Amino acid sequence: MAYLTARDISLGYEGEKIVTGLCFEVDPGDYLCIVGENGSGKSTLMKTMLGLIPPLGGTIERGDGLQKNEIGYLPQQSLIQRDFPASVTEIVLSGCRGEGGFRPFHSRSDKEAARANMERMGISHLAKRCYRELSGGQQQRVLLARALCATKKILLLDEPVAGLDPKVTAEMYSLIEELNRDDGITIIMISHDIAAAIKYADRILHVGRSVFFGTKDEYLGSENYLRLTKAGES
Amino acid sequence: MAILEKLAYYMSFQFVQYALIAGILISLCSSLFGVTLVLKRFSFIGDGLSHVAFGAMAIAAVMKLTNNMPLILAVTVISAILLLRTGQRAKIKGDAAVAMISVGALAIGYLLMNLFSTSSNLSGDVCTTLFGSTSILTLKQSDVIVCGVLSVVVLAVFIVFYNKIFSVTFDEDFARATGTKASLYNLLIAVVVAVIIVLAMNLVGSLLISALVIFPALSAMRVFKSFKSVTVCSAIFSVTCATLGLLISILSGTPVGSTIVAVDIVAFGVFYLAGLFRRSKA
Ligand SMILES: Nc1ncnc2c1ncn2[C@@H]1O[C@H](COP(=O)(O)OP(=O)(O)OP(=O)(O)O)[C@@H](O)[C@H]1O
Ligand SMILES: [Mg+2]
Repeated sequence: MAYLTARDISLGYEGEKIVTGLCFEVDPGDYLCIVGENGSGKSTLMKTMLGLIPPLGGTIERGDGLQKNEIGYLPQQSLIQRDFPASVTEIVLSGCRGEGGFRPFHSRSDKEAARANMERMGISHLAKRCYRELSGGQQQRVLLARALCATKKILLLDEPVAGLDPKVTAEMYSLIEELNRDDGITIIMISHDIAAAIKYADRILHVGRSVFFGTKDEYLGSENYLRLTKAGES
Repeated sequence: MAILEKLAYYMSFQFVQYALIAGILISLCSSLFGVTLVLKRFSFIGDGLSHVAFGAMAIAAVMKLTNNMPLILAVTVISAILLLRTGQRAKIKGDAAVAMISVGALAIGYLLMNLFSTSSNLSGDVCTTLFGSTSILTLKQSDVIVCGVLSVVVLAVFIVFYNKIFSVTFDEDFARATGTKASLYNLLIAVVVAVIIVLAMNLVGSLLISALVIFPALSAMRVFKSFKSVTVCSAIFSVTCATLGLLISILSGTPVGSTIVAVDIVAFGVFYLAGLFRRSKA
């Protein structure tokens, strides 16, 4: 059984289809990269995977015992409340979901997880700062720490390295690789960084007028890959 | 010292004590959800609901109900749920729908009162429901008890669901994606806000309720940076202003609701300046 199975889904808003005929599977332990041009529907696909918006056609199912509170998610920047008064700690803590059952307050293990993830993202010194007063890259790291708190089995990342400096970008990629390899966390990542996608991912999903889903070796020989890289050169 | 003596004299009256208790409870409750309402762009819903509550009150008056609270509460809560639904689903602009309902309720309420009221002082009655000029000073013991119970419920809901309210307000998509039942909590917020509005109608009347909800939150957000500190600050802000406003209005005979809101405005100015000062220093 796969964590996610999509059968011939169409994506879009208000009846207007952006992408059609998507079929793919995400198995436990996978590292899947989603690539495609701006506006091709990558973020829309991720929201559909998360159940935030329904597919316009076809079915997408969660399986293999994957619960919603085992999912971590990093949204694409700029969608968050701009003027929200919240400290970094409060935001990272809000990623802690707790195991089943309703608990009104954060447990000690939640706080420990938040602390550890802030440390991992190198934002411990910002813990008390106000989110809206941070730089774009710092905000990105806060949201990543929150996503890590929420992740138990699978982590969905919408352009995780956007706005990060080269050093942190490299750290980010190795952190994600570590999560995938050592902790067995399934990764689904949207990226415009084709080189990194090919370096780290097991499988590639190309979204656009023509769709592709397969292993990265297959992708390297595919027309989608040639078209995407050519366009960059010309 | 003359003022203090006068104050002590007034404080010995039971109706003044009731007014103060109710005022503190109501202002506390209304401030807690202010941040959420402002940031979720729900503040217009608060405004709309207060007009619906006015309409319900007019109907209760026409039906000559002696205890109008249950009817007003029911109508306002149902409207809150409906408004939230239309706001989420339909593509008809949510705020236009709210404006329609709120103006409609206001007009129908006034019309009903005009057609059926037997009171000799109609415009006085309307003015009272709109601006709450005296109702807070005529509370009976049972009113205070109802107010106390509802306030405790509102407070309990806020404390128990504090983390969920934070998640849903800060980033609804993330909350929803990671397994929080966001629509349930939105519904809860709407219902609680409806309860607060019905409560607050006694204090400031239905036209000025939004002030009670929005001023504390906006003021606290000028100065404080975390959700917790903003929440605590708005609660203190709101209770202080309401108490001050009540005392001033009792001492000087000004209308209660408008006085409280006037105090809110002055305090907002102070916080605004404090915010500027803090920013320029940082
Ligand atoms: N809420 C919305 N309502 C209607 N149309 C939308 C909405 N969000 C996005 N779209 C449209 O859907 C298309 C795909 O958007 P999407 O955000 O999925 O692109 P993307 O592949 O993530 O692009 P990028 O690389 O720039 O992030 C775009 O043409 C966009 O205009
Ligand atoms: Mg995108």
